[in-house]
Amino acid sequence: MINRVKYSLLVAAMALAGTAHADSVKIGFVSTLTTPAGVIGADIKNSVELALQHINNKMANLDVELFLEDDGFKPDVGKQKTDKLVKQNDVDFVAGYIWSHVLLASMNSVLSANKFLISANAGPSQVAGKRCHENFFSTSWQNDQTPMALGEYLNKEGIRSLYVMAPNYAAGKDMVAGVESIFEGEIKGKDLTKWGADAQLDFSAELAKAKASGAQALFIFYPGKAGPAFLKQYQQAGLQSVLPLYSVFTVDAISLPRLQKANIEGVLGSKNTQAWSPDLDNAANKRFVGDYLAKHGGYPSFYGAQAYDSIMLISSAVESVNGDLSDKNAVRDALRLANYESVRGPYTYGNNGMPIQNFYLREVVEDDEGRWTTKVVETVFENHQDPYASDCKL
Amino acid sequence: MDWNLLISQLVNSVQLGLLLFLLASGLTLIFGIMDFINLSHGSFYMMGAYFCGSIVAATGSFFAGIIVGLVGVFFLGALVEWLIARQLYKENHLDHVLVTFGLILVFDALVHIIWGPSGLSIPLPDFLNGQIQLGSLVFPIYRLVIIFGGLAVAGILYLLISRTRLGMLIRAGASDRDMVESLGININRLFLFVFALGAAMAGFAGMLIAPITEATIGMGNDIIIIAFVVVIVGGIGSIKGAFYVALMIGFIDTMSRSYLDDFLELLASTAAAETAAPAISAMLVYVLMAVVLAFKPTGLFPPTAGNR
Amino acid sequence: MVNLSCTRSGKVYLGMLFLLGIAPLLFQWTNQPFLLDLLSRGLIIGIAALSLNLILGYGGMISLGHVAYLGIGAYCVGIPAYYDVYDGWIHLSLAIVTCALFALITGAVSLRTKGVYFIMITMAFSQMIYFIFLSLEEYGADDGLVIYARSEFPVWMNMESAVSLYYWIFGLLILTLFFIHRLVRSRFGRVIIGSKYNDLRMQSLGFNTYGYRLTCYVISAVICGLAGVLLGNFTSFISPEMMSWTRSGELIFMVIIGGTGSLFGPLFGALSFLFLEEALSLITIYWHLIFGGLLIALVLFGKGGIDAWLRKLDK
Repeated sequence: MINRVKYSLLVAAMALAGTAHADSVKIGFVSTLTTPAGVIGADIKNSVELALQHINNKMANLDVELFLEDDGFKPDVGKQKTDKLVKQNDVDFVAGYIWSHVLLASMNSVLSANKFLISANAGPSQVAGKRCHENFFSTSWQNDQTPMALGEYLNKEGIRSLYVMAPNYAAGKDMVAGVESIFEGEIKGKDLTKWGADAQLDFSAELAKAKASGAQALFIFYPGKAGPAFLKQYQQAGLQSVLPLYSVFTVDAISLPRLQKANIEGVLGSKNTQAWSPDLDNAANKRFVGDYLAKHGGYPSFYGAQAYDSIMLISSAVESVNGDLSDKNAVRDALRLANYESVRGPYTYGNNGMPIQNFYLREVVEDDEGRWTTKVVETVFENHQDPYASDCKL
Repeated sequence: MDWNLLISQLVNSVQLGLLLFLLASGLTLIFGIMDFINLSHGSFYMMGAYFCGSIVAATGSFFAGIIVGLVGVFFLGALVEWLIARQLYKENHLDHVLVTFGLILVFDALVHIIWGPSGLSIPLPDFLNGQIQLGSLVFPIYRLVIIFGGLAVAGILYLLISRTRLGMLIRAGASDRDMVESLGININRLFLFVFALGAAMAGFAGMLIAPITEATIGMGNDIIIIAFVVVIVGGIGSIKGAFYVALMIGFIDTMSRSYLDDFLELLASTAAAETAAPAISAMLVYVLMAVVLAFKPTGLFPPTAGNR
Repeated sequence: MVNLSCTRSGKVYLGMLFLLGIAPLLFQWTNQPFLLDLLSRGLIIGIAALSLNLILGYGGMISLGHVAYLGIGAYCVGIPAYYDVYDGWIHLSLAIVTCALFALITGAVSLRTKGVYFIMITMAFSQMIYFIFLSLEEYGADDGLVIYARSEFPVWMNMESAVSLYYWIFGLLILTLFFIHRLVRSRFGRVIIGSKYNDLRMQSLGFNTYGYRLTCYVISAVICGLAGVLLGNFTSFISPEMMSWTRSGELIFMVIIGGTGSLFGPLFGALSFLFLEEALSLITIYWHLIFGGLLIALVLFGKGGIDAWLRKLDK
């Protein structure tokens, strides 16, 4: 049996060697397709496919080859898959990454091979600051920015004290740091809960603490499946009247349909901040959201919007060098211009490859067809740059 | 000292403890009577949640979901016993661990195929979604429902085991299997029933927790390890041990989650304490097990005469 | 290893070792750096499986916590590297000392228990290690720790390139195989194997079996820790996730697939496990279904694993 395995390995090796040089743009995309977080990956996959459909699967007349890999929500697996994309598939761009800790573990594999890394979601502070790299670009945000926008709004609302809860991983810590850096009132207490494939989902003890802390409001960051679970328990504990909730990356197009199904009405009217919203009024966004709605019967999430942008950003760069990907400097310069129609509207890049962009306050509303979605209320930050850009020596 | 907080946390710890007991009692019976290590016991916990969720989605009735779900998991347990576990009772523990580990993978993948990766939310009837005010304390009604549900099952199990002929056989089986066999009892049927009963209790625990956390793939894989700790520390085959230890672990886990970070802040920086506290509170359970086994290598309540 | 080359199964094993030895040349020639990666990882896990087999297969000590040593070994590279200490000899000695100490303490407690209780207490200790690293904010906690440079050794034996690292791994593999081969045939090995089948009898023959078993446990831990040092260098990233109990379960699987208590079996058990995982996950995202089914079938129908199948050649 082992002999046969060896033999097939060799055959596979030779077959792969044969296909190594086709005329195409090769994009590796790392996301989470399995585990309960796979629901985010599914949305991202839909959006990437939609983007490729919109450009007819061609960039500068070259066919696009997409290699989609699943990180299993684990940093070490994400790194393995990234190594595979870089070494075996020899891709030109590696994009994706939902989770900050997966990105941190994987980035070196891409950057040390002199390839381009486009984060479509994760924006850990380390990458924005000390570990910044000229080949790194983000189509999302730096983790701290969105909670900073929320902190700004809390100040305006006159909230004087806050209880903070987030999962205990790189992004969770950044989110907490972000809101703490802007919020002028007192932080009454803080809980960082277990994250990962075996994340903590029963928040009874923490909610009791938050309530007893006497804080005026509750700030949370619970992306993916933890969001609906948290909001449900929040409502069951009857905290809406005692401890108003403000969240980032928790109430989105992924959690809202589920919250609607579970009748968690408390979430209607709640506010959060984000760099994008399905109702943003620009041509690219209308096309993206409209086609997505038509194709999948529900709104795309911000994860999907950023993934869509990541393909469009790559496309703009490939077009501008007329498909000559050997000239890395030219490709990098083209990426840096962000010269494409982003679904969030125009933005620019800072020295660290993080977008300088607007952040909006969004409200949860019911749309004309009775679906729960988010609507922009006001602009909190205009052309906001992340606080770590000054630590970056580029 | 905030007494309201303390009482809330006590209630929370009883809730967690009873959920653990529902899982651990079946596990300890299967362990004690059939000498079978069932790592996939957590899969019944998950399947219970999914069965219940599907029925609730179809009928709109939470109670129909519970009843049909219980029956479903009972038969699923029976099926697994008949198809797989039965072939292995005579084999060594290593084979049990491997096969049931494989079963976990199979169940997780099946759920992924049937229900998709996104998990299943189970809406509660409105009257369970509210709160109860007791003096200055406010409790979510549903948390109290979990506690009463858990206590009710514990009570029924106690009556079943201490008052019925079946219970007598189960008790006898846990302390001396050969004797039951020599009595001419149809041991296959007894095993089948115990296994399915254990599965149903695990499934019930899953149904109770799912309206709070949602039914998700692999939801049983973490809690099953804690349930094993309960079984081992309580003494294999001992329902009584499982009950006390489950409550004890529920208490340790909840209390350390709520008070440990304040305590650690006295020793280290706030940032370090915030990271360390959840991990250390999760670790305390294992410390407890190691300490107990170091001094009592067969657990606190080994099911010999008098302890069950 | 004289007797090996006499039997057909032994010849197959030696032939495969030879193939493993020249594998980098093959992969270089076919320009397949990723396959070299895959094989490097396979051999490292293979060494860990061999070390587990020493206590599990020969000594009957079923440890559901063996990956803790793999993790400790890897952190013995990562934590010094975090403080810019890259000296490989320091990493190696740190790993040996830490693993030996931890194994001595936990082994001394665990070996007082038997059977299922031993399985569970080893799991408990490894979960403690898992949560300790999870709680260390300074070393990345849940996010893990990126190792930006490999352990430094004198030029002629450095591990900078993928190929030289591969030969480090291959070297440790050969040493481990040779060491285990000699150990189980020594008086020490016979006491260990004897106490697996009848502990009381060995004791009444005047052997302090507890001491023997503890020594064996420590040796196995140290070998696994050395594999961990290589793992840290290979992945250049470590996280507590690598030490969760399910990974220990996988390690046991590899030993069983290969054949418990056989010298080479666990190595090829590990390789086929990882290969299957990789190949199946290429086919479908539901690969766990097939994989789990195969594992169940293996226990129900495929007694003795790869080693037993190969030994049929000898008849």
